[in-house]
Amino acid sequence: MSEHAPGAAAHEHASVRTYVRVALILTLVTAFEVGVIYIRLLTPIVVPLLLAMSAAKFALVAMFFMHLRYDARPLTAVFVGPLVIATGLAVTLMTLTGAFLVFGR
Amino acid sequence: MTHAAATHHTSLGLDNRKMAFWAFIGSECLLFTSLISTYLVYKGRSVVGPYPHEILNIPFTSVSTFDLLMSSLMMVLALAAVQRGDMKWGKIWLFSTALLGLVFLGGQVIEFTEFVHKGLTLSTNLFGCTFFVLTGTHGAHVAVGVLWLLTLWVRALQGKLGPANAMTVEITGLYWHFVDVVWIVIFTVVYLIP
Repeated sequence: MSEHAPGAAAHEHASVRTYVRVALILTLVTAFEVGVIYIRLLTPIVVPLLLAMSAAKFALVAMFFMHLRYDARPLTAVFVGPLVIATGLAVTLMTLTGAFLVFGR
Repeated sequence: MTHAAATHHTSLGLDNRKMAFWAFIGSECLLFTSLISTYLVYKGRSVVGPYPHEILNIPFTSVSTFDLLMSSLMMVLALAAVQRGDMKWGKIWLFSTALLGLVFLGGQVIEFTEFVHKGLTLSTNLFGCTFFVLTGTHGAHVAVGVLWLLTLWVRALQGKLGPANAMTVEITGLYWHFVDVVWIVIFTVVYLIP
């Protein structure tokens, strides 16, 4: 990239084909997410299943569309650090207030 | 942006604007996680209706989600086009991204209007309060993103955007994709989890 410092590593981003493939996967996972809530057989595992699919979509967008897979590691650290803290705080808050019981109803 | 401003880098050799923007996105993670966890803490604790299962329209919101995912694809295609100096397609993809953002906002306006007609407002119950604050904050971020994209598109039309400003488009893209990943979480947590 033209704006990188002379000593900085210029990171190649994904190809257009990769972007389209990722978008296709995101669409399919979204369709599956919507589909599983109507399948009664999957009711006992629907919450972890939905959370896993949501996390997978989140990771795909962050890695490919936001280029974290190709960019320098410090950028990933600047993003993932606060994300881990925020998730930890959310889980702690919900545990303390008994919000996880809602999922069991 | 002047060339002198565009060549500033951190001691790690990274563009300072990109590093600063990732730090901003990190802080936004904390903001949205606080709103999402507030929604979850109060989930199922409303004492009067309307309740989520009575009012949420999953098929309609699924289309909005698809729309936002496709806008993210348009955004990366815009960045790729600008980086290779193909400003014709750069302009087309930038405008398409903004247009899909506007469609998403239109869907949110329709949804909010329908909810108000069904009796759900910010002060109706805990669900209404936490739902409107969370999705409204996200919608405000989308609106800012659309204005930002349209500004870039106008600059491109004026011939002021090119491969030399690719970092500006990349940072705009980071913001837009962040708005998308936040919606991915909101869609699951608010609409899909029973």
